[in-house]
Amino acid sequence: MSEQYLLEMKGISKSFPGVKALQNVDFQLKAGEIHALLGENGAGKSTLIKVLGGIYNAEEGEIFIDGQKTKIDSVTGAREAGISIVHQELVLVPYMTVAENIFLGREPGTKMNVDRRKMEEDAQILLDTYQMNIHAGTLVERLTIAQKQMVEIVKAISFQARILVMDEPTSSISDKEIGFLFETMRALVKKGVGIIYISHKMSELEEICDRVTVMRDGETVGTRTVSTTKKDDLIALMVGRELTNYYTRDFRTPGEVVLKCEHISDGKMAKDVSFEVHKGEIVGFAGLVGAGRSEAMKAIFGLAPQMTGEVWVKGKKAKIQSPVDALKYKIALVPESRKEEGLYKVQSVRFNSTIQVLGQFIGKLRVNAQKEWDITQKYVNMMKTKTPGQEQVIHNLSGGNQQKVMIGRWLATDPEILILDEPTRGVDVGAKAEIYSIMNELVKKGMSIIMISSELPEIINMSDRVYVMNDGRITGCLDHNSVTQERIMQMAAK
Amino acid sequence: MVSRFKSGIIKYFKDNIGIIIALIAMCIFLVIFPVTRNTFMTQKNIFNILRQNSTNLFLATGMSMVIILGGIDLSVGSVIALSGCIAAGCVVKLGLPEIVGFAAALLVGAAVGMFNGLVISKTDIPPFIVTLASMNITKGIVLVYTEGAPIRCMTDAFKFPGAGYIGPVPMAVILMVIVYIIAALIMNKTQLGRHMYAVGGNPQAARFSGIHVSKVKFLIYTYTGIMAGLAGIVTASRMYSGQPTSGNGAEMDAIASVVIGGTSMSGGSGRLGGTLIGVLIIGVLNNGLNLMGVNSNWQYIVKGLVILLAVYVDFIRNRKAGR
Repeated sequence: MSEQYLLEMKGISKSFPGVKALQNVDFQLKAGEIHALLGENGAGKSTLIKVLGGIYNAEEGEIFIDGQKTKIDSVTGAREAGISIVHQELVLVPYMTVAENIFLGREPGTKMNVDRRKMEEDAQILLDTYQMNIHAGTLVERLTIAQKQMVEIVKAISFQARILVMDEPTSSISDKEIGFLFETMRALVKKGVGIIYISHKMSELEEICDRVTVMRDGETVGTRTVSTTKKDDLIALMVGRELTNYYTRDFRTPGEVVLKCEHISDGKMAKDVSFEVHKGEIVGFAGLVGAGRSEAMKAIFGLAPQMTGEVWVKGKKAKIQSPVDALKYKIALVPESRKEEGLYKVQSVRFNSTIQVLGQFIGKLRVNAQKEWDITQKYVNMMKTKTPGQEQVIHNLSGGNQQKVMIGRWLATDPEILILDEPTRGVDVGAKAEIYSIMNELVKKGMSIIMISSELPEIINMSDRVYVMNDGRITGCLDHNSVTQERIMQMAAK
Repeated sequence: MVSRFKSGIIKYFKDNIGIIIALIAMCIFLVIFPVTRNTFMTQKNIFNILRQNSTNLFLATGMSMVIILGGIDLSVGSVIALSGCIAAGCVVKLGLPEIVGFAAALLVGAAVGMFNGLVISKTDIPPFIVTLASMNITKGIVLVYTEGAPIRCMTDAFKFPGAGYIGPVPMAVILMVIVYIIAALIMNKTQLGRHMYAVGGNPQAARFSGIHVSKVKFLIYTYTGIMAGLAGIVTASRMYSGQPTSGNGAEMDAIASVVIGGTSMSGGSGRLGGTLIGVLIIGVLNNGLNLMGVNSNWQYIVKGLVILLAVYVDFIRNRKAGR
C-alpha cells in the first residue's frame, strides 16, 4: 500500500428489496482532510454513510481503518472504531436536556448515581467552546431546528471521533452558525480528524472541502481535488449530463392582487407582517432562521390559534381558522419539516400523494382504484419522482423524492396560492433544477407562489419580488431588478 | 375486477402468511391429536368457536382502529358488563320490549365511546389514561346499578342474539360476519379510514393536510364504544342474564388479537384481515386447550407465551424484509 489512508472502503455493495442501493463502492479518506461526498438524491450517499456507521450491514466489501481491516456491524462498533455521524434527520431525545442528550449512554458518575452537575458543566464547556448560545440544561424540545442541529454536531464531536461524518449539517442553520461550524471543522482537521461532508451546496464545498467524491446511481463515479475542479464539471459528473439552465424562470408582468395580508401576527414569532401577492408571481421570503417567516405563513394557513390580522383573498376578506378553511380558499402550504409535518412514513407513495384529495376517488363506500392510481401517477410524472412504484413505502425514498411527493400532494388540491417553505432543503442539484422549472410552469399557468427560503441564490433567481423579514417584521421589499445578496443581508440583519 | 379480487386474496395471504401458518398448524395439531381428534373438527365445535369469539371480534375491529389511530381503548370490557346489564334491566326492571333494551345497550356503548373520544380529542391526556379512567367509571356504574347482582332475563327474544340460530348458523356468527364487513368498509372504502391511518401515522402532518383530527378520533372511539355495546348484548344474551362481572379482561383479548394480527402499537399501520386471524388464533387456542382438558389456570400461561411468540415471529419477519 503506497499511501496510508485513515479510512478505506472497498467494494461495498448493499441492496434493499427492489433497489440496488450501493454497487461496488470504493472510498478513501485521508487524515486531516475534509472530503465531500456529492451526488443526487438516491445516489447512495446516505446508504454508504449508514454502512460506515454500522446501521446497515453491507452484503459485500471491506472497511479498513489505518490500514487495519475492521468489521463494523453495529452503531457501538462504529463508535469504538472512532466513527461519529451527524445524521441529516435529527435523532435527539426531545424530553431530555441538551446535556443529557450529549452524554446519553455515557453519563459521568456511577451507574446508579449520575453526576448531573458535572454532566451539565461539561456540556456547557463544549457548547461554549463552539460559541453556541445554548444552555446545557434546556430541554431539547424547546430548541429550534438549527439549535438541535448544533447540539447534534457537538455531541458527535464530543466522542473524540477520528472520522466524523456530517450529513447535510447546514441545511437548516443560518449563515452565522455555518461560519462557526466551518471554524470548528477546520480546528478538528488540524488535530488529524478526517471529515466526510455531505452537502448539496456547491459554494460550501469550495469554501471548506479538500477533495470530493461524486456518487451516481449507487456507484462512485470519480474523486477530484476541489481547488482544481470546476463547479460545472462536478455537476455534470453528478447528473451524468450537462445541466443547462439551473434556474428556469420567465419573468412576466404579474396580474391582479390575489392575496393581501395585513398585520399578521401569531402571537409569538411573527409580529406584524403585511404583504401582497399577485397572480402569476413568485414572491420570495428571505431572512435569517427565526425571523418568523414560517410562523407568519402558518398563521395565514390557519395553524396559529392566537393569530391576529387580516387576510384578503381575491379582494374578499377571508376567514381562515384551520387548514380546511385555507384549502377552501385554494391556498396550499408545503411545510418546512418534511418528517415532522408532512410524511406518513410507514405508508406508500400512493397514500402520501392522495391523502388530501380522497374526495375525488372515494365515494359512497366505493374506492375508484383506477382514478386513485391515475392521480398518483400524474403527480409522480409531473414532479419526475423516482420511485420503484406507487406501492413503495415513502420512507425508503431519498429526501429529494420525498419532497417531490410532498409538493405533488399539495398540487393535487389544485391551489391558486402555493406556499412553499424551504422547498429545496435537502434536495440535490438535479432535483432542485427540476423543482425550479416546475415552479416556473406553475406561475405561467396563473398560480401564485410564496417561497420561503434561506438559500439566497434561489430567492434571487426565482422571485419576482422579495420580502425580507427580521424579528417577526417585514423590513423591506425588493423587486427582481434591484435584488442583490448584499441588500437582502442588510435588511435581514438590521 | 376478478383479477383485482384475485390479487387482493394473494396479497392477503402474503401479508399474513406467518399467522395463517400458525393458525393452520394449530388446527392440524388438534385434528391429529388423539384427545381432540373426534371433537375439534365438528360443525358444532366450529360454530361454537366462532360464537364464543364473536364478541372478541366486535371489540377487535374497534381496537384495530383505535390502535391504528395511535391510541388504545381499555374501557371496552367494562362496557360489555354495563350494556349487558342495561339490556337485561330494561326488559326485567322496566318491562320494555327486548329490542328497546338492545337499543339502550348500544346507546350506552356509544355514550362511553363518545366520552372517550371527546376527552381524548379535546385534551392532551393520553388515551391509555383516559380509557383507564372510563373503564373504572363504567365498572362502578354497573355495580351501582345492579348492586353487584346479575339480572336474569329468560325471554326467547333476549336469548336470540347470543344463543339463537338462523337455520343451522348461530345468530352471533351472522353478526360477526356483518360487523367484519362494516369494519372492512370503514377502514378501506371511506375517507374516514384513510384519515385514521394518517392521524395515527403523523398527527402533525394530518393537521397540515386539513384533516379534522379531533373528529376522526371522536368517530373511531364512538364506533369502538358501539361495538363494545354489541358485545355486551351478545354476552348477556348467551348467558340469559346481565352479569356485572362479565367482560372482565375482554379488552386484553382484543388487544392481543390485534397485535397478533400484525398491527403496530405505534400506530399508522395495520390491517383488519390480520386482526381476524388474530381473533381466530385466540379462539382456537382457548378451544383447543379446553378440549384437551388443560386446567384453566394453565391456559393463561400458554396464551401469554403464544402471544409473545406470535409477535416475535412477526417482528423477525419484518426485520428480515428490511422494513
